[in-house]
Amino acid sequence: MRKQRVRDRAAPPTLERPGVAWAVPGLLFFLVFAVAPMVGVLYLSFTHWDGLNPPQFTGAANWSRFFGDSQVWQSTTVTGVLLIGNIVVQAPVSILLGVWAAGHQRNRAILSAVFFLPLLLSTAATAIMWRQLLDPNFGLPAKFEWLFGSNPMGTQQGAIACLVLVTTWQFVPFHSLLYQGAARAIPHTLYQAASIDGAGRVRQFVHITLPQLRNTMITSTIFMVVGGLTAFDIVLLLTNGGPGTDTAILPFSMYQTAFRTYDYGYASAIASFLLVLATGASVLLTKLSGYDKMTSTMEGL
Amino acid sequence: MNSVSRRWFLTATAATTLSVTVAGCGSSGSSTSSPTGNVDFWTLQDPTNSVQKTAVDTFNSAGKGKVTMTVIATDGYKDKLRTAMGSAKMPGLFFSWGGGSLNDYVTAGKLVTLDTALESHFLPSALAAGKVGGKLVGIPCRGTQPVFLFYNKKLFADAGVEPPTTYAELQNLVKVFKGKGITPFALAGNASSSWTELMWVEYLVDRLAGPELFDKIQGGDWSQWKDPAILKTAQMIKELVDSGAFGKKFGSVAYGPGGTTTLLNKGKAAMVLMGSWEYATQQAEAPDFAKNGLGYVAFPSVEGGKGDAGNVVGNPTNYLSVTTSAAKQTATEFLKTTYSDSYVQGLVEKGEVPVTSNAAQYLAKAADPAYAKFQYDLVQKAPSFTQSWDQALGLTLGTPLLTEIQKLFNGQSSPEQFVSAVLAIKK
Repeated sequence: MRKQRVRDRAAPPTLERPGVAWAVPGLLFFLVFAVAPMVGVLYLSFTHWDGLNPPQFTGAANWSRFFGDSQVWQSTTVTGVLLIGNIVVQAPVSILLGVWAAGHQRNRAILSAVFFLPLLLSTAATAIMWRQLLDPNFGLPAKFEWLFGSNPMGTQQGAIACLVLVTTWQFVPFHSLLYQGAARAIPHTLYQAASIDGAGRVRQFVHITLPQLRNTMITSTIFMVVGGLTAFDIVLLLTNGGPGTDTAILPFSMYQTAFRTYDYGYASAIASFLLVLATGASVLLTKLSGYDKMTSTMEGL
Repeated sequence: MNSVSRRWFLTATAATTLSVTVAGCGSSGSSTSSPTGNVDFWTLQDPTNSVQKTAVDTFNSAGKGKVTMTVIATDGYKDKLRTAMGSAKMPGLFFSWGGGSLNDYVTAGKLVTLDTALESHFLPSALAAGKVGGKLVGIPCRGTQPVFLFYNKKLFADAGVEPPTTYAELQNLVKVFKGKGITPFALAGNASSSWTELMWVEYLVDRLAGPELFDKIQGGDWSQWKDPAILKTAQMIKELVDSGAFGKKFGSVAYGPGGTTTLLNKGKAAMVLMGSWEYATQQAEAPDFAKNGLGYVAFPSVEGGKGDAGNVVGNPTNYLSVTTSAAKQTATEFLKTTYSDSYVQGLVEKGEVPVTSNAAQYLAKAADPAYAKFQYDLVQKAPSFTQSWDQALGLTLGTPLLTEIQKLFNGQSSPEQFVSAVLAIKK
């Protein structure tokens, strides 16, 4: 009895939010590794800095150059095309693969394990391997010219297709894994009820599985968008922004400006733009999808 | 406890913010160094590291100061050096490619001007890229790497032809090999390899207008790109591409094993324009071919051109420079080891062709004395040795130039567009 009362006093039965102190480590991290560099980048975007001499304040010079730079607009377009291309190719493949892998049959378990292997490789290793595989004389295009064309990296369409192919190969396993987990969480009773009502496999997939995967689709798409806006390693290693500047996406242009031509001020302007773009995209996605309301798909069960 | 952690938190935040925004801004390193002492020596990771290590050990045991060697991998070497040179942690001695990369450091006052008495120990054509504005700031520390034509001897014997000595012969060979279904020239044209395309531009401009034209450009007169020889070169390149000199797939071909190197040794391509290191690359991939099947010859003359056919382009050599943070006496004393007999002999044994005036006597000990002698003679007799333009101009101008050259080869820009795009690089 006494004990009971002590416990009551120690843990008041109200649903209070945890104290602010709990957020300090996270905030600290965010402040030091995210906010501070962002402020630094914003400051640098108003300067001219070659990395050797102290930065010189140049006002809006970088920004007026930025808005008149045709390369920036090409980069933005290519970034968008790659982003959409990646989502359009990856989303259907990973949904189908994830739902298929959710079954408990043994052959599916074994094959899933094989499919997930690319996930274990680093992007650098993946890109270098594919660069060899895509060689026009000794690689895949030499044997399957009807599919790859004779000069896949020599044209803009070819190079973009190669980037989508390699990104898909690498990241479909990750997204499949998300869908596999989500598909396994769908209650069996839904399928049982549907089959009693006479729904076939396709109808069950369209009317039960897909709606139940809605939140996972949003998560997966956000990953793809954010990943796509910051994907730089694959471009650097696979196409190096070429042919010409045809696949120079924004993060690549930023890298090239900063670390190859040592124009840190202008690179910071590109970085700031990228920051705005990425923040805008993820805010838009969460608002549009109602992800911030976090409604459950389990209502009525 | 609470106040301590709060104060610590504020200090840490402030410090980090400061270091992010300010520390990178390049406080020039403390240059109050004593004449002798410890010197940090940064070098690139390559097969000659063991020769350098021996030199460092010998130097250290002589008691004239201490040199600490740090070996840094190729990828990112330039970035790392650049960042360090802008901070207080800059090395005392460092390895570089000379030319434009040193330019920036000289302007920023980071380098020590070296004693001109050192010049007598090296071949004159190899010293040019170690000078900035007439001041000697880099001393050759490795072998020379001229660019010339490599060819597949068997393909030439089968076709009954000789390697080209004039541009007209070269054009004829394009027809001969194309007729046999062989790519006349292997060319790595993917976006990471546009420096191999640059070699063609460099040689054609040199043969048409002589080395003076690029000298003026490197000297800062960017309007020299308007010279008719540049447009003529761009047109010649378009003709070569259109005539199938490089095949149809070169835009996807990579440099090296699995790319141009394999094309040449498998007999799919007849020739390749490449730096002297191609020999070592072939040796690693196809030792038999490197020994018996690989021919080499200087780049042909161009009829009606002003440039001497003896001129060479490529990497004259690599350089060692001394920074203002170094213990000057120790560092300059160490530079003397680069032309010592043991260092030169060590380089030769590693397959290098040193550019010191005493190198000739050691070339007989090279793995392939004929090849070593060919390169040494080429460089020694060259009236001028133009450094690769991307190195000579520095990355700031070199990177966009490479992009424009790539567009020219890919047919994305016409020769006229190429000229105006290059002119627009430097405003």
